[in-house]
Amino acid sequence: MISSTALYGLCAAGLVAIGLYGLVLHPTPLRKVIAFNLLGSGTFIFFGVAARRGAAAGLLADPVPQAMVITGIVVAFAATAVAVALLLRLAESGGSTLDPGAPDPQDDRPS
Amino acid sequence: MTPAAYTATEGGALLVVAIVLPVIGMLAIFALGLRRAERIAYLVLPGGLLVALAIAADVARSGAAVTYVLGGWQPPLGIALRADGLSVTLMVLTAVVLCAVGLVARGSFSTPTDKAEARSPMVFWTLILGLWCALNTVFLGQDLFNLFVALELLTFSAVPLVCLDGRRETLQAALRYLLFALIGSVLYLMGAALLYGAYGTLDLAGLRLLARNDLATSVALGLMIAGLMAKAALFPLHLWLPPAHAGAPAAASAVLSALVVKAPFFIILRLWFDVAPQPANAMAAQMLAWLGIASILFCSVMALRQARLKLMIAYSTVAQLGYLFLMFPLAMASDAPTAWESVGWTGGVLQLVSHALAKASMFLAAGLIAEALGHDRIENLDGAMSVVPISVAAFGLAGLSLMGLPPSGGFVAKLMLLTAATETANWWIAAAILMGGILAASYVFRVLNRAMAAPSSNFACKASIPLYRELTVLGLAICAVVLGFVPLQPFAFLGIGRVGLP
Repeated sequence: MISSTALYGLCAAGLVAIGLYGLVLHPTPLRKVIAFNLLGSGTFIFFGVAARRGAAAGLLADPVPQAMVITGIVVAFAATAVAVALLLRLAESGGSTLDPGAPDPQDDRPS
Repeated sequence: MTPAAYTATEGGALLVVAIVLPVIGMLAIFALGLRRAERIAYLVLPGGLLVALAIAADVARSGAAVTYVLGGWQPPLGIALRADGLSVTLMVLTAVVLCAVGLVARGSFSTPTDKAEARSPMVFWTLILGLWCALNTVFLGQDLFNLFVALELLTFSAVPLVCLDGRRETLQAALRYLLFALIGSVLYLMGAALLYGAYGTLDLAGLRLLARNDLATSVALGLMIAGLMAKAALFPLHLWLPPAHAGAPAAASAVLSALVVKAPFFIILRLWFDVAPQPANAMAAQMLAWLGIASILFCSVMALRQARLKLMIAYSTVAQLGYLFLMFPLAMASDAPTAWESVGWTGGVLQLVSHALAKASMFLAAGLIAEALGHDRIENLDGAMSVVPISVAAFGLAGLSLMGLPPSGGFVAKLMLLTAATETANWWIAAAILMGGILAASYVFRVLNRAMAAPSSNFACKASIPLYRELTVLGLAICAVVLGFVPLQPFAFLGIGRVGLP
C-alpha cells in the first residue's frame, strides 16, 4: 500500500516531467507558458509533500511550506501574466510568434 | 533543530533602508505623477549610493557583518538580512553603476516639460529602481526562499527593459529571456523544496550547520545551481543573452550585462561556499570550470564574428562570465585555510567587479557611438573618433579590462586566476585564460581599428552628444582601470563576516 505522501510525491514528479518536456521541446510559446505552469504546480506539490512530512518540528503538517507555496503561486501567476502580455504584443506586431533565433542582421537601426 | 541565532547589529536598519528606498521611489513615481519619474529617480539614486557607502563604512569599521532580523523573528521562522564584505562590495558596485547609467540615460529617457509624457521614460526609471531593490535583496538575503523572490523580482524588472522600444525582435528576445529565466527559477525552487524537506529550514547559516553530504542535498544543490546557470547565462544556456542584451536600449543593456547576470552568480557563490557541505564535490567544480572554459572560447569567437557592435559586446559578456566559473576548482584545490583566502576566489570576485564596471562603460559607450553615428555596424564605424572621441577612449579603456592588459581590474583578476590555475596545476584553465585574452584583444581592436579610421567622404554626424554623458562613461572605464592598482593578494575586506558564520 502506497502512502499518501509518496503518491503526492509521484504526482509532483509526473507534473514536473510533463512541464519540463513541454517547456524545453514545444516550439509554440503559448504551450511553453502552459508547460511552465504545470512545472510550477509540480514544484508546489513538492512543497506540500515537505509540509506533510512535517520536517521542521514533527508537527502533523508544517505551515511554513504552505506559506511558501502561496508566495510561489503569486510569483508564477505574475510570470504567466508577463509572458502572455509579451505574447500578445508579439501577435499584434504581426507574423508568427515562433522563436526565430537571433535578431535580423539586416536591420541596422540603432538600438 | 535550532540553528544559531542572529544578533541584530547597531546599523542593521540601514539594510532595510537599502532595500526599501528604491521601492519608495517606485511608489512615488506612481503617486506623484509619471512626468516626475526622472526627477524622483535622481533623488533616489544618490540616496541609495549614500546608504550603500554607509553600510560599507560600517562593515569596514566594525570588521564584522551587519545584521538585521526582520521583526525580531529569528530564523528559521523569520528572515535575516546580513551584509558581509562581499555583499557590501557588490552593493556599492551596483549603486555606482546605476548612478552612472542614470546620468547617461538622461539624454534618452527624459520627459521634456512641453511634451506629453511618454511611456518608455516612466517604465525605464521605474524598472531601474525595481532592479535595484531586487539586487540589494539578493545581496542581503539570508533565506533561500527570500532569494527566490528577489530573483523573480529581478527577472520581472529585467525582461521589460529588454523590449522597451517594442520592436518585434526585442519582444522575441524578451520572451526567450523570460522563458529561460522561468526554467531557472523553477529548478531553483525545486531545489529549495528538497532542502526544506531534508532540513526544515532555508536559512543559509542554519543550513550550513546542518548540511550533510548525502544524495538529497547533492540533488537539491545541483538543481539550484543548474537553474541559476540558466539565469547567469553559462554555456550552453547562454542562448537568450546576446539578442536580449543587444536589443535593449544601451542604458538598459549596461545594467543587464553589468549587474543583472551577476546576481544569480552571487547566489551560486553563496550556495557553493556557504551552504554546500565541505569539501565540495570536485567533479562538479571541474564541470562548472569546463562550462566556463567553453563559454570563454566559444562566445569570444562568436563575438569576433558579429557585424553589430552591441551584439559583439553581448557575446563578450557571456565570455567574461565564463571566467567567474573558473574559481570553483581553483578555490577548492588551493591550500588556503578558507576558500575566500585563496587567490582563485579573490580573482573571481575581482573579475566580477571589474567586468561590471568595464561592461557598463562599454555598453554605454556603444550606445553613445550609435546615437552619434545613427547605426552600430562595426564595418562603418569610421569617423567615430572624430565625433565622440571620449566615448571611443572609454571603449578602449574598458577593453583593456576585458583583454586583461595592465593596468586594469581585468588584468589583476585574470592574473590572479592564472596564478591560482598554475599553482594548482589546472593547465587547461590557464590555457583558456590566455586564449580568452587573445580573443578579447582581437574583438576589441577590431572595433577600435574601425572607430579610429578617418571618416569616409559621405560621413554624417546624426546627433551631438553632451559632454557630461561622455565623461560619465569615461569615469566608469577609469574606475575599471583604477581597480588594477589593488594589491595582488586576497583582501581582508571581502572575507569580513565569512569566517565562522553565525
